[in-house]
Amino acid sequence: MDHLLALAGGALIGGGAAALYLLSGRIAGVSGILGGALVPRAGDTGWRLVFLAGLIGGGSIGALVAPQAFGAPRGSALLLIAAGLLVGFGTRLGNGCTSGHGVCGVGRLSLRSLAATAVFVAAGMVTTFIVRQVVTS
Amino acid sequence: MTTRALPGLVAFAGGALISLGLMLSGMTVPAKVIGFLDIAGEWDPTLLFVMGGAVAVFAIGWRASRRLRAPAFASAFPQLPERIDRRLLLGALLFGAGWGLAGYCPGPALVSLGAGVEGAVVFVTAMVAGMYLHQLVRTAA
Repeated sequence: MDHLLALAGGALIGGGAAALYLLSGRIAGVSGILGGALVPRAGDTGWRLVFLAGLIGGGSIGALVAPQAFGAPRGSALLLIAAGLLVGFGTRLGNGCTSGHGVCGVGRLSLRSLAATAVFVAAGMVTTFIVRQVVTS
Repeated sequence: MTTRALPGLVAFAGGALISLGLMLSGMTVPAKVIGFLDIAGEWDPTLLFVMGGAVAVFAIGWRASRRLRAPAFASAFPQLPERIDRRLLLGALLFGAGWGLAGYCPGPALVSLGAGVEGAVVFVTAMVAGMYLHQLVRTAA
């Protein structure tokens, strides 16, 4: 059941991204859309804010309807700050995250995005492995 | 409704659909993401199903787009970069490290921010700071 929901949820994510690309010619990369909104350019900011409103507002409604859909992230505030800085800096440097490279890039079989996805998944696995050693030892 | 409002509606619906998909699929539970990344632990394949569903549907849309001259509300499809360079790989490395630390990538973090999850507020604030930091480094270079 969980796997079916995961597959269905994934299909919605892909559907949202496909709609944005087919109708507006935009790649639904969350880090790129947010990063672009932080450095506003005329005529290229409104759609970003509206997209982010849908994404964040969806979470607000979700929390009311199904609070069990949310969990706490791992770690202390200090670790969360380090993680956030790494994710923010890294996604801008590498031009994408799980949505832009992982979903859209892999979906169009872009070698650039396949390489980025392989690297961030591997880095995530190595980090998790190291954290596990620190926590359990 | 004027046609000018349509692209905005598309952006909003796109964001909302992705938000719903992330919540429905369990990606707003960082423990599930970490469970996927933790190959030495009790491995949780959930993320693989989410990516599979998302990639498959986007790939259909992508193939369809190649038969169109332009998107409905834009003059042309974008030229997307294809270069694999150090910036790309180093960026992916740093992002992956942060992802593995907290179990948040940008999408689920923003959805959880909307839900008022305390850790997400801290994470997103730092993430935005990291993005500004990159902007500073880039303009200085």
